[in-house]
Amino acid sequence: MMDTTITANQIIKALQETLTMVGVSLLFGALLGVPLGILLVVARPGGVIENKTLYGILNPIINIVRSLPFIILLVAIIPFTRLIVQTSIGTNAAIVPLVIYIGPYIARLVENSLLEVNPGIVEAAESMGATPFQVIWHFLLPEAFASLILTFTTATITLIGATAMAGTVGGGGIGDLAITYGYQRFDTFVMIVTVVILLILVQGIQSLGNRMGRRARRE
Amino acid sequence: MIELVDVYKTYRRGDSTIEALRGVSLKVEKGDIFGVIGYSGAGKSTLIRLVNYLEKPTKGQVFVDGQLLDRYSVQELRNVKKKIGMIFQHFNLLESKTVYDNVAIPLVLVKKSKAEIRQRVTELLDFVGLSDKAGSYPKELSGGQKQRVGIARALAGNPTILLCDEATSALDPQTTQSILALLKQISQTYPITILMITHEMAVIQQICNKVAVMEEGIIVEQGNVLNVFGSPQNETTRNFVRTVIRNTVPSSVIQTLKAEAKRRLFKLEFIGQSASEPVINGLIRNYDVQVNILFANMTEIQSTTLGNMIIQLQGEDPVIDQAAGFLQNQGVHIEEVDSV
Repeated sequence: MMDTTITANQIIKALQETLTMVGVSLLFGALLGVPLGILLVVARPGGVIENKTLYGILNPIINIVRSLPFIILLVAIIPFTRLIVQTSIGTNAAIVPLVIYIGPYIARLVENSLLEVNPGIVEAAESMGATPFQVIWHFLLPEAFASLILTFTTATITLIGATAMAGTVGGGGIGDLAITYGYQRFDTFVMIVTVVILLILVQGIQSLGNRMGRRARRE
Repeated sequence: MIELVDVYKTYRRGDSTIEALRGVSLKVEKGDIFGVIGYSGAGKSTLIRLVNYLEKPTKGQVFVDGQLLDRYSVQELRNVKKKIGMIFQHFNLLESKTVYDNVAIPLVLVKKSKAEIRQRVTELLDFVGLSDKAGSYPKELSGGQKQRVGIARALAGNPTILLCDEATSALDPQTTQSILALLKQISQTYPITILMITHEMAVIQQICNKVAVMEEGIIVEQGNVLNVFGSPQNETTRNFVRTVIRNTVPSSVIQTLKAEAKRRLFKLEFIGQSASEPVINGLIRNYDVQVNILFANMTEIQSTTLGNMIIQLQGEDPVIDQAAGFLQNQGVHIEEVDSV
């Protein structure tokens, strides 16, 4: 057995922090990203409620946020983070930039998923006199469901990666453990354990997502 | 009732413009099965989409049941669309929903009760012969079955108009037959007007009572199917008619013709009554001519027989003239030709 400076409790606590950060940011990220993704699809030229102004505003904003590496976004929006959660350090402080990071990411993925829906379906919906809301709710979302599951699988895995940087603001989590103990204190055991945990986490989520996607597509 | 008055539709893509429709007028009466035929790019798809305003005309007017569509608000237009069913070449069914739920969708959109939906959907699935497939997904169905689901869905809201956008073009000939039979049955069962676009003349021949032929954004010929098939005026129309009514003489027969002189060729057209009477028999009995039938074809359109024949008459010129006069008096459309 290799010498290590951490305890099992520390690992469990780190895992909890990671899961909290991923879970909460995914929830709020989805609340932000799904409506944005839908808006991108319906407001785009030729969309159900074509709106050049709205699309012209949303599209570049999402691009700008998406072009910032998470580590930069994390520190750049510290004033905003402080405004929202009254602090700039800790798990809660990490969640704010994580949401800002993953929201537009989810928006783009949702947009792609919805654009994959056969345009004939939308045409059929419009021929039935469906309202824009009905087109989204009864046609676009059900048809894109399998694809949306994969979208969220990808978003979750991306979030796990981003939480590793949350240590910068004292967010904790598995990634932080790997850096502060495994890397900075040369604790090989921690390094191996954290890598294995992340690997299992990512693999597990991907397999689950794939299986649910297949089921939704009835394969 | 559907009426288009001098309709233009122009698409702009960047600097280039495409004129899909260039002054189209047509009138579809209540109860008609009106077919619009044309090659790809003739503007048929645009035309059919004007009727439920999936496309708005650049210029001109579209009336549905006497009302100008342009006058409606967006919400009113949605209500108009609910009374216009539409079926598509590629069916456009929701892959994520069962046959039952697909048919139910138009009723869900108007917030009918579960019980009402159940009753109507059961009735429709029975009508299209898919009662046993209610729980299946579109993926598990054949093309013909998918189109039956599409038809049931289009009929769910009791429409007064059914639009068929190349409804049989993705189907094999046998399935096409069954779908056409179903459409005909719908026309006889419900008070519904059917407007269909197609590139297959056989479809028009089998179920339409009126036809319009489109080419490059205009209607080049329209009228009763029987008249258009009987005497097509436009070259494109003739090409389409030729796809279902063969009137070309086999080349082996032409070969033997060239060797013989002093004989005269006639093209005969029989419509309705004259097709069922023994006119050729009368010709042979009453005139001293030899009759050589080079080609003959009978087609049924709208329960009326349409006959085509190419004959060669051999005899003295004045007698042949008399014989031709006799045929004309019998109601046969006759035309002397130099060659076939």
